[in-house]
Amino acid sequence: MTAPFDLTDDSVVVIIGTGAGGGVLANELAQKGVSVVALEAGGRYLPEDYINDEWESFGQLAWLDARTTSGDWRVADDFSGLPAWIVKAVGGTTTHWAGASLRFQDHEWKAATNYGPVQGANLLDWPIDPREMDDYYTKAEDKLGVTRTGGRAGLPGNNNYKVFEAGAKALGYTEVHTGRMAINSAENDDRLACQQTGFCFQGCKWGAKWSAAYTDIPRGEATGNLEVRDRAHVLKIEHDASGKVTGVLYADKDGNQHLQKARVVCVAGNSIESPRLLLNSASSMFPDGLANSSGQVGRNYMRHMTGSVYATFDKPVRMWRGTTMAGIIQDEARHDPSRGFVGGYELETLALGLPFMAAFLDPGGWGREFTTALDSYENMAGMWIVGEDMPQETNRITLNHDVTDQYGLPAPNVHFDDHPNDIAMRNHAYQQGIAVYEAVGATRVFPTPPYPSTHNLGTNRMSENPRDGVVNTHGQTHDIANLFVSDGSQFTTGAAENPTLTIVALAIRQADHIAGELGRGNL
Amino acid sequence: MSKEPQKLTRRALLAQGIAVGSAFVVGAGYVAGSSAAWAMEVAHLQPATMATLIQMARDIYPHDRVADDYYAAAVKAYDNADQAPVIEAGITALNAAAVGAGFSSYVGTGWERDRVDILRGIEDSPFFQMIRGGLVTGLYNQKAVWPQFGYEGESFSKGGYIDRGFNDINWI
Repeated sequence: MTAPFDLTDDSVVVIIGTGAGGGVLANELAQKGVSVVALEAGGRYLPEDYINDEWESFGQLAWLDARTTSGDWRVADDFSGLPAWIVKAVGGTTTHWAGASLRFQDHEWKAATNYGPVQGANLLDWPIDPREMDDYYTKAEDKLGVTRTGGRAGLPGNNNYKVFEAGAKALGYTEVHTGRMAINSAENDDRLACQQTGFCFQGCKWGAKWSAAYTDIPRGEATGNLEVRDRAHVLKIEHDASGKVTGVLYADKDGNQHLQKARVVCVAGNSIESPRLLLNSASSMFPDGLANSSGQVGRNYMRHMTGSVYATFDKPVRMWRGTTMAGIIQDEARHDPSRGFVGGYELETLALGLPFMAAFLDPGGWGREFTTALDSYENMAGMWIVGEDMPQETNRITLNHDVTDQYGLPAPNVHFDDHPNDIAMRNHAYQQGIAVYEAVGATRVFPTPPYPSTHNLGTNRMSENPRDGVVNTHGQTHDIANLFVSDGSQFTTGAAENPTLTIVALAIRQADHIAGELGRGNL
Repeated sequence: MSKEPQKLTRRALLAQGIAVGSAFVVGAGYVAGSSAAWAMEVAHLQPATMATLIQMARDIYPHDRVADDYYAAAVKAYDNADQAPVIEAGITALNAAAVGAGFSSYVGTGWERDRVDILRGIEDSPFFQMIRGGLVTGLYNQKAVWPQFGYEGESFSKGGYIDRGFNDINWI
């Protein structure tokens, strides 16, 4: 059979979501000759469609369906209906991501072993040997064209990076460079080199940044084995009396519902929507939701310990010019409990345009303390903090039966409380980030609170023991053999690194497994 | 309230001008900047209400190099039949707070400090939060105001900054 596939074709693998996990898995399977139907809730946008205007682009790409928040995290106060800043489009959040592509450090795969007991944290080792990931990471880096890997040169540093680098070196940091980025420093893989345009978060209009939207998706479609249906919002996964999944119910762009039959279903809707879909698929046989015998579906929600440090100087910086995330300090990424916390963090340059700076610098702030900061916008430099946060069982996605989405389904509630380790790490990172800028003459510094989450992880965690998590080492659910999870919700723990490269590497690995099992007749 | 404001000439408007804060109410249905460089029609709000709202907007997000027109543009959308009663009530309460603090009205204060004290007293109110929240996009998302902050907006149409100064600072 070749695409398009019939709704009644029960030989296809159905993938829900087309981002770093689902989009890559779809292409990898299609390349191996597996028939795939990928259902994407969002529309299809390509570089010519992207809008280099922050709010207008946000309206075009952001996932804005009803969501609620609770917990002591500041996002619940500042952006109560917007827990996450992620994308609803073919290619998912790979349109929006900054491009930072870092491998986990070996010790991070085994956080429970290496960090020891941490009160209130639900630490667990990944059921994966870090050495097994080496080849998959290399494949992922080659796919994404990651700079400073595989012989690819680093990007040149922009103004924001020059300030950051000078401060870092003045402070004695040594692991400072323009990052390992899925942004071309030279033409590569039929994509242009970075033109230093800015607006990486709004979709790269040059295609210099890797996104599944214009790489894996069309390449998979070109095989004839992949059909992507956009504006197809999955409502429920169906199963038979034996407990195997049989297909998915989705609403098309006009709200009409269809049932797509499936041999295998892979859920890749992001760490908020994926557990929500499993929970919304509850049945008399699985009253707590699909694949939830452990009770762990939706739990251990992680978002990385984040924050930002902005600083103003007596001279212009113009940080918005060029690559949005243009450099990194990795010296603090190590595990060194003498700092007062387990795990580590990265410091990465970041720039926001004036409209988003006004919204995110100090949400709710007003008066001259606030406006004098923006008056110095041209003289501002900025960095983002991203570190490992502690998985906690009570940080979780649940169904909010008081709020429904456009299809009448319960909206997800995102509950998050900072763990004391997260707070200690953030305070350390603020102090170090401030020191970086003060070392080169900052006139004022701004330890800026976290934005709505871009790194949503862990809500269908991978575990050796079915009691401890939702999926096994291959992302296959412990409970249902032909149901897989293929996105960042598989993460057992979060590590300090931006997660996309690991999501991509796991998707490549999962494609090997699924194709193999299909070939062996086990699925 | 005038639903269809009279078309007055600029000269006539100025001749009738009544100073209220940094904006002037000029004639029925008009508010004009003190420089007379701009004027706006109001169809549903009292002109004095709009003038006070503009002053409130500036006091929430004061940028001394940003002219009143941008603040006026940021709050102009409240001049509609649905929201006008809420705005009138909010501004009435704001003026009452000013009177309670010993001033003739909100815009009758002299120092920004006095108006900020009044705003601090109502900052948790839905009215204040609506106005403040609306300004975050209403003011800062105006492309015309970006040059006042040095922000250049999109660069794709100019080929990015690869040849136009992405790494041009030399003071570091």
